[in-house]
Amino acid sequence: MQKIGVFVCHCGTNIAGTVDVKAVAEALSHEPGVVFAADYPYMCSESGQNLIKDAIREHGLTGVVICSCSPRMHETTFRKAAASAGLNSYMVEIANIREQCSWIHKDMKTATEKAVILGRAAIAKVALNTPLTASETPVTKRALVIGGGIAGIQTALDIADAGFEVDIVEKEPTIGGKMAQIDKTFPTLDCAACILTPKMVDCAQNEKIHIYAYSEVESVKGFVGNFTVGIKKKARYVDETKCTGCGLCTEKCPMKKTPNLFNLGLDTRSAIYIPFAQAVPKVATIDADYCNMLKNGRCGVCSKVCTAGAIDYHQQDEHIEEKYGAIVVATGFNPIKLDNFDEYAYAQSPDVVTSLELERLMNAAGPNGGTLLRPSDKTHPHTIVFVQCVGSRDTSGCGKPYCSKICCMYTAKHAMLIRDKYPDTEVYVFYIDVRTPGKNFDEFYRRAVEEYGVHYIKGMVGKVMPQKNGKLLVRASDLLAGEQLKIEADMVVLAAAIEPDKTARSLATMLTASMDTNDFFTEAHPKLRPVESPTAGIFLSGVCQGPKDIPETVAQASAAAAKVIGLLVKDKLKSNPCIAHANETLCNGCSSCERVCPYGAITYVDKEFRMPDRTTKIRRVASVNAAVCQGCGACTVACPSGAMDLSGFSNQQIMAEVDAICR
Amino acid sequence: MLTNREKEQILISSGVDVRKCMRCGKCTGTCPAYDEMEYHPHEFVYMVEKGEIEKLMNSSSIYKCLTCFACVERCPRGVEPAKIIEAVRLAVIRKQGNNHIKAEDIPCMAEDDDTPGQLVVSAFRKYKK
Amino acid sequence: MPISEFKPKIVAFCCNWCSYAGADLAGTNRLNYPADVKIIRVPCSCRVNPIFILRAFQRGADGVILCGCHPGDCHYTTGNYYTRRRMTLLFSMLDYLGIEKERTRVEWVSAAEGAKFAAVMQDFVKTVTELGENKRLEDRRCKKP
Repeated sequence: MQKIGVFVCHCGTNIAGTVDVKAVAEALSHEPGVVFAADYPYMCSESGQNLIKDAIREHGLTGVVICSCSPRMHETTFRKAAASAGLNSYMVEIANIREQCSWIHKDMKTATEKAVILGRAAIAKVALNTPLTASETPVTKRALVIGGGIAGIQTALDIADAGFEVDIVEKEPTIGGKMAQIDKTFPTLDCAACILTPKMVDCAQNEKIHIYAYSEVESVKGFVGNFTVGIKKKARYVDETKCTGCGLCTEKCPMKKTPNLFNLGLDTRSAIYIPFAQAVPKVATIDADYCNMLKNGRCGVCSKVCTAGAIDYHQQDEHIEEKYGAIVVATGFNPIKLDNFDEYAYAQSPDVVTSLELERLMNAAGPNGGTLLRPSDKTHPHTIVFVQCVGSRDTSGCGKPYCSKICCMYTAKHAMLIRDKYPDTEVYVFYIDVRTPGKNFDEFYRRAVEEYGVHYIKGMVGKVMPQKNGKLLVRASDLLAGEQLKIEADMVVLAAAIEPDKTARSLATMLTASMDTNDFFTEAHPKLRPVESPTAGIFLSGVCQGPKDIPETVAQASAAAAKVIGLLVKDKLKSNPCIAHANETLCNGCSSCERVCPYGAITYVDKEFRMPDRTTKIRRVASVNAAVCQGCGACTVACPSGAMDLSGFSNQQIMAEVDAICR
Repeated sequence: MLTNREKEQILISSGVDVRKCMRCGKCTGTCPAYDEMEYHPHEFVYMVEKGEIEKLMNSSSIYKCLTCFACVERCPRGVEPAKIIEAVRLAVIRKQGNNHIKAEDIPCMAEDDDTPGQLVVSAFRKYKK
Repeated sequence: MPISEFKPKIVAFCCNWCSYAGADLAGTNRLNYPADVKIIRVPCSCRVNPIFILRAFQRGADGVILCGCHPGDCHYTTGNYYTRRRMTLLFSMLDYLGIEKERTRVEWVSAAEGAKFAAVMQDFVKTVTELGENKRLEDRRCKKP
C-alpha cells in the first residue's frame, strides 16, 4: 500500500503569489495513495526539510512529492533530506510549479488548476517509483595515454606527478611527435627541441611512466575505471633492453638510401636508424622494408658491429594486455595530402614544399644543416611565396571545411625567420584572412610586416607554374590593389591544412568515442566539458579534438590530466542508477538495443533459462553494463519486445504521468 | 525593384550561391583572361551579391571570359564564378529579345575585329543548318 | 463547443538537458505561454516511446509536442537523431489515421532558448486550438461522463 506525502512550497510569494497553495495541498490530498499533504513557505529551508523528514518518519511514507521549483534546482536537496529520514532518495518526485506554472501565469485560477494537474502527475509517477541504489565499481589506478606527442607527454607527466602509473603508447619509434620536427615555436621563437626534449627525458626517467614506443593499441574492452587494452609492440629487430643507442650500427649500415621519414623524405638515412639525436627511448630500429638482412638474408653488418648484442633479426610483434582506469587520446594530426591541389605544382617541383617540410629544411638537424636551400639545386632562394589556406576552409570537397588555426602564425614565424637570416630574400605571403587571436600573436604578425618587411598580400595564389629556368611562376590575385600578380619565385611554401591522424578513426571505434565528420573526437560538451569524450573514462588531449597550437595543446593536456587524476583518486565509482535494464524473459536477442546505444553499454550474454517443461535452454539476452550506461533511453524505444526499460523513467511511470495530465 | 528580380534570376539560372564566397580571390588569381577584363571573377560574384546586374550586363568582361572553368575548379568554397558569368550572358540575350543576330548579319560581324570571337562562334553554331 | 471556450489538453515531452532547462528559463524570464501545456520530463527526447504519444491521444490529449536538444547538441550524442527519425515515421502514420499532423510536433529548444520555448508553445497551442478537440483516437471508456 502506497503512502505518499505531498509538500507544497510557497517559495515566499514566488509560488503563493499566483497559486493557491492551500487549495493545491487540499486537492492533492484526495489523490489515491496520498496520506499526508502540507504546505510551507520555504520547503528548501532547514525547517522545511525537517517537515519532510518528520512526515516520512511519522507516517512511514513510501513516496514523497514536492511541489516547488524546478527539479534542476533542488532535486538533490530533497533527495538527501529523504535519504536522511530513511527513505530511498529515488522515491522523491518534484512537481515544477514555479518555473513552469506560477512564474508564467498571471491568473490565480488557471495557475492553481495547472499546479494541481502537475502535482497529480508527480503523484502518479512516484507511486510507481522503485528504490534505486547507485552501483559501485572499483577503479584501476593506472592511466593509458595514446600518442606520445607534446599532448601525450604533458598529460602523462601531470598524471605521474600526482602519483599514478601512466603508460604511453606511441606508434613511432620515439616519442616527441610533431613538435620534435618543428624548428622554432611562435610567438617567442624558442627552439622547439630545447623545450621539448627535457620533457621527453622526464618521461623516460619518471618511474611512474612506462613508454611503449613503436606500439599500437589493438583492442579496448571494458568501461570507465576498468578498461582492458591490448597493445601490439611492433618488432624493432633490436632488443630495447640491450641497445645503448650508441649509433654505431647506423654508421656502418650499408643501406644508406632509405628515405628519412623524420625529415619527411627530404634526405636519406640508413636502414637501421635512430630517428633523431634526442630520441626517447634512444634505441635503434630496423626498417624492415629496406634492410637487406630482413629482405633476403644477406648482410648482418649491424649485428656484427653491435657490441651490446642487441640486434635480433627474428624478433616478433609482441602482444600485451594491460588494465587501465582511464584512457587519454592524444593521437594528434598530420598535414593533408596535396593530391587534390595540382595547381600548386607540389608533385611537379621539389621547390614547392609544405610548411612542415620547410621546418625541416630550416632546422639545424635537418637535411641542409640549418641553411635554407632550394631542394632542387641546393641554391639560396631569393624569392619565397607562402600560400595560406591550402585545403583549409575548403568546402569544395578537395580540402577541409575548417580553419587549421595554426597556419597564420607559423607562416608569420617562417617569414620572419627567413627575413632575419637572409635579408636579401623577398618573402610574399598570400592570405585570405590573417587570424592571430592569442597572447602576443597579433603583435608577432605585425612585427613580421613592420620590422621584417614581409609582403602580406590579400589574395590567393591561383596557379604555380614551374619554368624552364628552374623558377616557379606564381600567378595570384592582389585583391586590395585589384590586380593579378605574376611573381617569379624560387620556392613556394604551402600552408597545408591539418587533419586528425588516420589511426584516430579506428581507435574511436574501439573506444566507442564519438567523432565529428572531420574525424576530430567530439567533446562531452563544447564549452563546459572540453577535454572529456562523451564516453565515460575517455579523455581528449591535443589536436585529436580540434586544431590547436602548442600552448593550447599543453593547456588541454594538463586539463585532461586533471580530469584523469580526479577519476583515479576515487576508489570506487558511483554511477547514476537511472539506467536501462533488460527484462531477460522478454528479450528475444535481436540486438536492436545494442545498435542504438551510443556508449556500447549493451552486450549480449548467453543465459540458461528454465523452460515450462522443466528443461533448460540457453538464450542470448541483452545485458546492460551499469557503469557505462548513461540512461538516455534510446534502447527502450528501439526494443521491439518491450524488454528494455529505464529505471526512474520507466514506461509505466511516464504513461502514468500522461494519464494524470490527460485525466 | 528591378535589380532584385534580375539578381534572383541570375541566381536561379546559374544555380550559384554567391553568399558562399569568402573573398579569397583564388578565382581571380587563376583566371587566364584576367588582363582582358574590366571586372574579374571575384568581382562578378560580389557584384551579383550586391545586385549590380545592370553594370555587369553592360560590361564587355562577360564576353572576355573563356569559360575555361579554372575558377570553378579551384574555388575552395564551390562558388562557380564561370556559371554566374554564363547566366549574365544569358540574361543579356533574354533581355534583347527580338534583337537576335540574324543569319545574314554574321558575315559582316566576322570581318569586324571588335566582335568577340565567342559571339561569332556561337552565332555560327546557331545557324549552321 | 465554441473555439473561445475550448481549452486544449497538450502534453509536452521535454528532454532534461536542453528543453526542460529552456522551459525553466522561460519561467525565470516570466515569459507567458498558455497553461494548457503540461510538461513531462524525460532524460532525452529519444526516451519518448511512440506508445506514450498514442496513449496521450487515446486519453484525450489534443496535441503532443516533443522538445529536444538541437541536432548535434544532444547530451547523449545521438539521441535526438533517433527522435527525428522515429517521429517522422510516427507522425506520418498518425496523419494517415486522421490525427492531423499539426497536432504533433518536434521542436529543438536549447537550454538558452527560453524565449523560443514560450513562442513555440504559444504557436502550438494556437494551432491546436484552431483544430479543435481531438476525437479520432480518443478512448471513450477513459472519458469522464
